[in-house]
Amino acid sequence: MTQADELRRLAADLRAEARPDLTFMEVCGTHTMSIARYGLRELLPEGMRLVSGPGCPVCVTAMADLDRVVALARLPEVTLATFGDLIRVPASRTTLAAARAAGADVRVVYSARDAVQIAADEPDRQVVFAGIGFETTAPTIAASLLEARARGLANFSVLSMHKTMPLPLKALLELGETPISGFLLPGHVSVITGTACYEFLARDYGVAGVVAGFEPHDVLRALLRLVRQTRPAIEIEYGRAVRPEGNVVAQRLMEQVFAPGDADWRGLGVIPGSGLALRPEYADADAAERFPVDLEPPLEPAGCRCGEVLRGVTDPADCALFGARCTPEDPVGACMVSSEGACAARYRYRGIDD
Amino acid sequence: MTEGERILLSHGSGGRLYRDLVKDVFVTAFANPVLERLDDAAALTPQGRIAFTTDSHVVQPLTFPGGDIGRLSVAGTVNDLATAAARPLALAAAFIIAEGFPLADLRELCASAAATAREAGVPIVTGDTKVVERGAADGLFITTTGVGEIVVAHELGSAAVRDGDAVILSGSIGDHAVAIVAARGEFKFSADVRSDCAPLWCLVEAAVDAVRAAGGSASPDGAEALRFLRDPTRGGLTTVLAELAEESGLGIEVEEEAIPVSPAVRSVCDLLGYDPLTLANEGKMVLVVAPEAADAVVAAIQKTQYGREARRIGFVTAAHPGRVALRTPFGTRRVLDMPVGELLPRIC
Repeated sequence: MTQADELRRLAADLRAEARPDLTFMEVCGTHTMSIARYGLRELLPEGMRLVSGPGCPVCVTAMADLDRVVALARLPEVTLATFGDLIRVPASRTTLAAARAAGADVRVVYSARDAVQIAADEPDRQVVFAGIGFETTAPTIAASLLEARARGLANFSVLSMHKTMPLPLKALLELGETPISGFLLPGHVSVITGTACYEFLARDYGVAGVVAGFEPHDVLRALLRLVRQTRPAIEIEYGRAVRPEGNVVAQRLMEQVFAPGDADWRGLGVIPGSGLALRPEYADADAAERFPVDLEPPLEPAGCRCGEVLRGVTDPADCALFGARCTPEDPVGACMVSSEGACAARYRYRGIDD
Repeated sequence: MTEGERILLSHGSGGRLYRDLVKDVFVTAFANPVLERLDDAAALTPQGRIAFTTDSHVVQPLTFPGGDIGRLSVAGTVNDLATAAARPLALAAAFIIAEGFPLADLRELCASAAATAREAGVPIVTGDTKVVERGAADGLFITTTGVGEIVVAHELGSAAVRDGDAVILSGSIGDHAVAIVAARGEFKFSADVRSDCAPLWCLVEAAVDAVRAAGGSASPDGAEALRFLRDPTRGGLTTVLAELAEESGLGIEVEEEAIPVSPAVRSVCDLLGYDPLTLANEGKMVLVVAPEAADAVVAAIQKTQYGREARRIGFVTAAHPGRVALRTPFGTRRVLDMPVGELLPRIC
C-alpha cells in the first residue's frame, strides 16, 4: 500500500466515524507545517476543524522580548547568536536583519553549542544566545550553558525566553474562546516531557489529547484516535519516539539550569510559571541581567491578528492582511515569518485554486 | 617563482612581477594563440548572431566536493551562454586576488578552469588581474565574461513558450548547494554529496539537434520546437519556473515525484529545513520544448554526460496564468512561490 493509499484509507475511516462539529487544535509548529504541506485539511470530514494553537516558538515570542533581543544585538560589545527563524521577525520598530545591516553583529547558528564555540574563538566579544523555544530546545541550551561554564567562557550568556507547553493549553481552555474537542499534542516536546504533564487536560477539563508524530499518516492516525475515544484521555500515537515518562536525562539537565518563571506569550499575555528562567546560580550568565537596557513600550503592528491566530480564534485566511499586505516576502506579523507559523504554512502551501 | 610563494600587492602593480604572474600562471594554464599575444583586447570572428554574458564568482570555500571556483567560473558562464542556445566562442576571466593568496592554490584553480574550458571547447582569450590588500577580499573572486554563437534562428525565451509545451529537467537538484553547505563545515555533518558543477553546452547542443531531427517545423531552421532554456542556479528550480510563469503569462504544472532529488540531498534538506526545489544548481538545465519534440529531446539529453537523469517534469498550461502548481503525490496541487530572504550566501 502506498502512502497515498494509506492516507485515503485513514481519511475514509475518519469520515465514517467522526461526529460532526469537532475542533482539534495542534500546538506544534512542525504539525502546522505537515498539515499544510500535505494538504491534510482537504482530507478531513466536513465539519471537522483543525486549528493551530501557540506551537510555533518564534510566533509566541512577545513583542517586548523581541525588542530586547534587538536592543542587545545593537550593543557594540555584543555578538548576538540566534536561530535563523528570528532574523526577519518584526520587532516593534525594526528587525534583527535590519539591525545587522546597520552594523549589529548578528550570527545565525544551528545550535547553541555553535554560539559557545564563537565565544571561545572570539574572547573579546560578549556572545549572547537568544534562547527561544519549548522543552525541545531548552535542554540543549542548558547543556551549552554548562559547557561554557566548564570551559571557563565568561563571555557567553543566554537571554532566556523559553516557554513550556502545558500551561498555555490550560490558559486556552480557561479562556474558552474556541470550543476545543481535543489536542494533537506535540511530538518533539513530548519526547522530552513525557505525557504526565498533559493528564490535567482530560482529568480537569474533559479534553482529550493524543501525542502525534509528523508524517501525514501520523497526524491522521492521531485524529482517528481522538475521534474513537469514548472517555477523554491522553494517548501516544508517536510511540516510536515518545515514552510516558519522557527523557529523564534531558529533564534533569533543564531543571539543573532553569526554574519555572513568568513568560510573556504573544496572544495570551504573561502566564505565571510558563517560562524557564535561569536559576540564581546561573545569574552571571543571564544576558538580561548582564546587559540591562531601557526599552520603549512595545508596538503591535496595526491590523495584525497573530494573537488571535495563536489562540485558534481566527483562521489565518480570515485576517484582512493575509496574502495581501502580509506575505512571507514582506511580513507584518510573526506568524507569517517563521516557517512554522500558521500563516506562513498556510500561505506557502496554498492550493492553486485558493 | 617557486612553490610556497604567495601573491604580493606588487603582483598587481602592472610592472615586471605582474607580467611574470600573467605569463607564468594564466598564459601557462589557459594556453591558446589569442591569449599568448597578450594584447589588451582579443579579436574574434563570430558567425551570425552572438550571445554575450558575464558572471562573478565569490563561492566560499574555493574548493568543494565536485568542483572549485575555477571550474565554477567557466561552467557558470558557458551555461549562461547555453541558455541562449549559443556555442561558446571565447571567454574572458578577471581575477581579484587577496594579498597573501598562495600561488600554488592559484595555479591549481587556474588548471581547473582551463580543464573545464577545454571540456566545453572554449578558449579563455583575455583577462585581467587585480591584487587587493589582505582582508579587502576573501581569497579570490573570479569574473568570467563569455561570447557565444547562437545556433538557432528564432528567439528563445518566455515569449516563445506555448500552452501545452513540455517542461524538462536535465537531472537531480540541490546537489551544488548541499555540497557547499557541507564543505563549509558550519553544520558539523558530513554528506556524501558532490556539486553538479559542469559546462552544459554539449547537453544543449544535443537538445537542439534532437529538435531539428524530430522535424515538424516548416521553417529552414527547424528548431522552433525549442522554446526556452534556463539554468536553475540561485533560487533553484522554483525560481526558474516562477519567473517563466510570470514572464510568459502562462501557468506551469509540475509533478513533485518526477523531480529527481538524491537521498543524501533530501536528508540534509529535512535536517536543515531547506526545500530542494529552491536550492542552487550549477550543472542543470530547464528546457521547455513543444510537446511533440519532448521525448526526442529527453532521449538525446540522456545520452550526454550530464543529462543521464533528464526527465519530463511537467507542462505549460493556460490555466492559472502567472502561477506554478506543484502536484503532490497525494493528488493535491499547491502553489510554488519564489523563495524569500537569505538562504545561503556565497554559494556561487
